[in-house]
Amino acid sequence: MIKKIFFQLVFFNLFFLKEVFAAESGGMPQLNPEFWISQIFWLTLTFGILYVVLSKLILPKISANLELRKSQIQENIEAAEKQRESSEAKLKEYDDIISKSKLEANNIFKEARENVLKEINVKKETLDKQIDEEVKKVEQEINLLKKGASEKINKIAIETTSELLVKLIGTEVNNSSISAIVDDLSKRNGDKYYGN
Amino acid sequence: MAANPMTQFEVYRIGPEIKIGALDISFTNASLFMVVSSLAILVIFNLGSKKNSLLPNKIQLLAELSYTFVSKMISDTAGSKAKPYFSFIFSLFMFVLFCNMFGMIPYTFTVTSHIIVTFVLAAFIFIGVTIIGFIKHGLGYLKLFVPSGVPIVLLPLIVVIEIISYLSRPISLSVRLFANMMAGHTMMKVFGGFVISLGVVGGWLPLSFSVALTGLEILVAFLQAYVFAILTCIYLNDALNLHH
Repeated sequence: MIKKIFFQLVFFNLFFLKEVFAAESGGMPQLNPEFWISQIFWLTLTFGILYVVLSKLILPKISANLELRKSQIQENIEAAEKQRESSEAKLKEYDDIISKSKLEANNIFKEARENVLKEINVKKETLDKQIDEEVKKVEQEINLLKKGASEKINKIAIETTSELLVKLIGTEVNNSSISAIVDDLSKRNGDKYYGN
Repeated sequence: MAANPMTQFEVYRIGPEIKIGALDISFTNASLFMVVSSLAILVIFNLGSKKNSLLPNKIQLLAELSYTFVSKMISDTAGSKAKPYFSFIFSLFMFVLFCNMFGMIPYTFTVTSHIIVTFVLAAFIFIGVTIIGFIKHGLGYLKLFVPSGVPIVLLPLIVVIEIISYLSRPISLSVRLFANMMAGHTMMKVFGGFVISLGVVGGWLPLSFSVALTGLEILVAFLQAYVFAILTCIYLNDALNLHH
């Protein structure tokens, strides 16, 4: 309570100090109430104007500026994030396409190889067949020729034998008996004379 | 005359005497520096808010840093409910800061070194905060004087102390600022006087002291403005968020 009274005394005395300090020159000019009213008036006026102008015009602008900057930075960050994501997606797509095309190229290569191999096999087979056929034909021809050749040789042998006999003996021998001997010889030694 | 360190606080009339009825509202040197401080604040913050570039220039940065500084101070001490009072506390902080800082220029007048100026500000804050408290909480605002968890026996004493401390708020708030400014400026004046009286031979010591004091006083000028604003926030916090 004493403290309160003391403060109240100090507080209220400030208003009634005019008489006390007016006479005392060289004291605290702050306690000279001559210009108190003027100071209160001008303080109210200047601070009032300052407050009104700051709160109505300037501070909202600064606040808006700050908000705008914040949102702009946020937007930029978001845009950057989006672009990064899209570029990553593009990269993935690109990788997919590359791997896919690699696979496709491999497939195409394999297919082509198989096709070529097949074709080669088919051609080989047909060629083999043709060769076989031709070989058979030629063999047959050779066989025919062989057969014909032994007969012709026999004939020639018979003729030469008969002529030789004519020259040697001077008489003609029956062709049939000669041919029998020749046939017999050729049958016995056919392989030896005509080869194969 | 010049040797008296208190003459720097004298208020004198500039121009003619202006009177409304019996009241003398003449334009004085105190009024001049109130006007100069307010104009400086308005010019700086107007320039700082004029155009908005993504990369702010120096003055814009200054304005925006002050804005965020004060807004952070308010939200830290008084919470989000104090947002409507941001403009007032910002103006108050800037006004006190600029008045203090203008006072640091030689041959100027320090508006805040006058008890009547700081007392009017403090009384306005006190009355405003009390009104806000009663509007927000009705008679429940009186619970501010009854802290919770106090033994019944001590309660009458505590309530009295709380009421005294509440009522002394405007006085402590105003005297703190006024006394700091007055003491600092008086001290600087005294040391300045020593420099003159001791002359070239012995004046160097008080001169160096004076230089150091100037630095200190600039710090005090900022600090007292900050303290004034933050105490306002704390009082506002009491009124907005009744903790007791």
